[in-house]
Amino acid sequence: MTPTEYDFLKRFLKERSGLMLSDDKQYLVESRLVPVARKNGIDTLSGLVQAMQRGGNAVLSNAVVEAMTTNESFFFRDKTPFEHFNNIMLPAMLEKRASSRSVKIWCAAASTGQEPYSIGICLKEAAHKVAGWRFRILGTDLSSEVLEKAKAGIYSQFEVQRGLPIQMLLKYFAQQGDLWQINPDLRAMIEWRKLNLLENFSHLGEFDIVFCRNVLIYFDQQTKIDILQRIAKMMPEDGFLVLGAAETVVGLTDAFQPVPGQRGLYQLKQAASATAAPRLAMASSFGLK
Amino acid sequence: MKQCLVVDDSSVIRKVARRILEDLQFQITEAEDGQQALDACRKAMPDAILLDWNMPVMDGLEFLTSLRREPGGEKPIVVFCTTENDVAHIARAIRAGANEYIMKPFDREIVEAKFQEVGLI
Repeated sequence: MTPTEYDFLKRFLKERSGLMLSDDKQYLVESRLVPVARKNGIDTLSGLVQAMQRGGNAVLSNAVVEAMTTNESFFFRDKTPFEHFNNIMLPAMLEKRASSRSVKIWCAAASTGQEPYSIGICLKEAAHKVAGWRFRILGTDLSSEVLEKAKAGIYSQFEVQRGLPIQMLLKYFAQQGDLWQINPDLRAMIEWRKLNLLENFSHLGEFDIVFCRNVLIYFDQQTKIDILQRIAKMMPEDGFLVLGAAETVVGLTDAFQPVPGQRGLYQLKQAASATAAPRLAMASSFGLK
Repeated sequence: MKQCLVVDDSSVIRKVARRILEDLQFQITEAEDGQQALDACRKAMPDAILLDWNMPVMDGLEFLTSLRREPGGEKPIVVFCTTENDVAHIARAIRAGANEYIMKPFDREIVEAKFQEVGLI
C-alpha cells in the first residue's frame, strides 16, 4: 500500500466513522483489511483501496468500516478492572460464596476474548485461594467471527504485547510461529456464546460478576438504560458490575450505585434489589415496562 | 526527567525509539553496541535501558549479564527490544535479569504499554 493509498483510507475512515487513524497503524490496517480484501476476491491492500476509489461498492466500503472500527481489545485493558477483580470482587466472593464455592462471571462484550482470558489468568494466579472452587466464565459477543477468534485463543505478536507482562506470556501461552495461543486449560475455563445485548438475555441465568465494558457507548440513552436494568435483574444483591473507564450508570439508572472510590465498579442498590416492586416502579419512571 | 539508554546497532531503530521515548518524557542517550552501553552505564546508571540483542562487539545478553554484576547495575530497568522472538530467547533474557521484553516490530503503543508494565511511566 502506498502512502497515498494509506491517506485515502485515513480520510475515508474519518469521514465514515470518526475513526482517527495515526500514521503508525499500518500493521493494524493490514491485519484488519487483508481478510476483507480476500473475502472480496482482491489480492492486495492496494487493490482494495483502488476498488474503494472506483466507488459504487457500498458493501465493500461498509465491510472496511466495520473491520476497522471493531473495538480493539487488549489483555488486562485499563488494568484497574482487574485490580478490582483481584482485590475487591474475588475476596468478596470467596467470603460470600463459601458454602456453594461457585461463582459465575459474564463478559457481555467479550470481543476477541482478551477480557475473559485476563480474568482466567487472574484466577490462575490466585490458584491457591480458589482451589476447590468452581468459576464459570461466559463470554458473549454480537459477532460470531470475533467469537471464533476468541475460542481459538490465537493472537498476533502485536496483540500479546499490549498489556500482557512478558512473564505471563511465557506462562500461559504457547508459541506457534509468529502467533501465540492461550493454553488449553485456560481455554477450557471459558464458555462462548453469540448474543445481541438488544435481545432478551435472561435465559443466561444469574451472574455474580458482570463485565460490560466499552459497549454501552455504542447505544442510545434509552437502550443503555434498558440493558442496565436487564443486567440488574440477573444479579444477586451482592453482585458486581464493571463498566468501561468512560462509562457510568449515573443519570441512567438507580438500580446500581458506584462502589465508593473504585472507578468503574458498581453494585446493586440494596433498596432497589430488596423487592421487585420498587424496581418495577423505577422502570416505569424511565418509561420502560 | 528519567534517563533512558537506547542500545541498538541500527541508527534507524535508535531514532524511532528516541522519538517515542522523548514523547514519554525520557531523556535519551544512545549506544551502538553492548560495550558502548556498558561504558555509558559505568559513567552514569540510567533509569531504563531499551536493549537490542544482536549487535557487533558485545551483544545485548552479554551486556545485560555484565551490567547486573556492576556496582549499581541492578538498578536500571532493562527492556529487551529484539527480533529474537522465540520462547527460548525470551526465557534466557528474563533469567539474565531483563525486566520486560519487546518483540520487533514494535510501535508506540507497545513501548508505552511495556514501560507502564515495569512502572517506568
